[in-house]
Amino acid sequence: MDAVLDNLDVFVDGFTTTLTLTMLAAVGALVLGTLIAAMRVCPAPPLRWAGAGYVNAVRNTPLTVVFFLAVFGLPKVGVSTTFFRFAVVALTVYTAAFVAEAVRSGINSVASGQAEASRSVGMTFNQTLTLVVLPQAFRNIVPPLASVFIALLKNTSIASAFAVADATQNMQGLINANGSAVIWILTATALGYVALALGAAFLFGLLERSLTAAR
Amino acid sequence: MSDVVLYDVQGPKARRRVLLYSVGAVVVLLLLIALAARRLAENGQFEADLYRPFVDEPQLYERLGVGLRNTLKAAGYGLVLAVLLGVVLAFGRLSRLWLFRLPAVGVIEFFRATPLLLLILFFFLAFPLAFGTRLEPLTALVLGLTLYNGAVIAEIIRAGILSLPGGQSEAAMAIGLRRGQTLRLVLLPQAVRIMLPSLVSQLVVLLKDTSLGFIIGFEELLRIGGQVVQVLDNPIQLYVVIALIYIAINLSLGRLASWIESRQRRTLGTALPAEQPEGGLGKV
Repeated sequence: MDAVLDNLDVFVDGFTTTLTLTMLAAVGALVLGTLIAAMRVCPAPPLRWAGAGYVNAVRNTPLTVVFFLAVFGLPKVGVSTTFFRFAVVALTVYTAAFVAEAVRSGINSVASGQAEASRSVGMTFNQTLTLVVLPQAFRNIVPPLASVFIALLKNTSIASAFAVADATQNMQGLINANGSAVIWILTATALGYVALALGAAFLFGLLERSLTAAR
Repeated sequence: MSDVVLYDVQGPKARRRVLLYSVGAVVVLLLLIALAARRLAENGQFEADLYRPFVDEPQLYERLGVGLRNTLKAAGYGLVLAVLLGVVLAFGRLSRLWLFRLPAVGVIEFFRATPLLLLILFFFLAFPLAFGTRLEPLTALVLGLTLYNGAVIAEIIRAGILSLPGGQSEAAMAIGLRRGQTLRLVLLPQAVRIMLPSLVSQLVVLLKDTSLGFIIGFEELLRIGGQVVQVLDNPIQLYVVIALIYIAINLSLGRLASWIESRQRRTLGTALPAEQPEGGLGKV
């Protein structure tokens, strides 16, 4: 117990890194994922195929393999940067596929009369998608997006294996220094993740309630 | 088409325009591929030495085969144990006794919200220190996978049971079955059919997660890949091959899930209730 209380700052540092990693990758994945979802519903077949190919390939690859490709592969083509940035790239690329699926299901959930109505007032595909369908889709997909982002929060722990000082890596450092308190340190870290996940679920719940349109 | 149609049936003019965009899109995509290829070429990633081992090095495939077998072994054990744990937890959560229900809810919610890596590290790092026995990496990995996926599968099973029509449990009670018997003999067998597609999808997640074993030194596909890369120094080529192996297995599993789903839709037909949120055990 003392090992936890004495090293509270190490926990705080670790979870700050975890949260930063989560936020950066979440924003990146939201942008990239929405773009891919738009590609998957657009009229041009090559873009649809490219989007579907991306989603199918990335969703069926373990995140760890994406990490290995980023951390060991990118330096081979002359891209070298910090491990933290590699982790953001890997998490963004991976999570974007799941965001794309969530957004696509949201687009499909918008009543088809909406798209028909916007077409009948002469809107183009881009206008229909960005002005009418996507704004409504995002309201519907808050719950699935919430689970994607909570999964992302948990997935950031994999970065600890690639020299990123997140909560999980700091935990391992603490365990090495205080072997006898290992149960306490592990439990405290797990509870930290649970608290963050519950907090995120709560915030997304608020968001969902404020966005849901009365029908 | 099942998707929402965001654009009209195309006339001659629109078809021309879409064709134009399509050609433009192909050009842009090819340009991106060309840029990536040039980058790879500039850094000597197309040199034959990096690819030759895939052709004339049978040992490479032997090693990858060992890794793949270990990956499948961990996934197999993990799946069986996770389904068993999932059934126990789901029954616990559906129980009318708070003595069973509350712990089940707590266990499910805790393990679903904890990173899997943390659970694996618990069995690998904390268990030996706390109980004085070292666990094999395979055991630690399988136990971690079991706890996490057991919690997820419990929710899948619960959703399956709750989706059954209320008449099923009412009929079971009417012929005098106790609640445990109702769950075990009437509801679970029917729920299994409904949840089979979700279960197969969860197997994809489980299979992918076995790759976390590399962190604790379990010689699964990815770890073996890492060892091979140290010799051959071709991370891009080798990890892409490993990714393709995972993709091939998981795409087949996904195919299987949707095949089961379409088969069920055909055979069960209208027997499957569409949505019955308050049916089944919810009312009891």
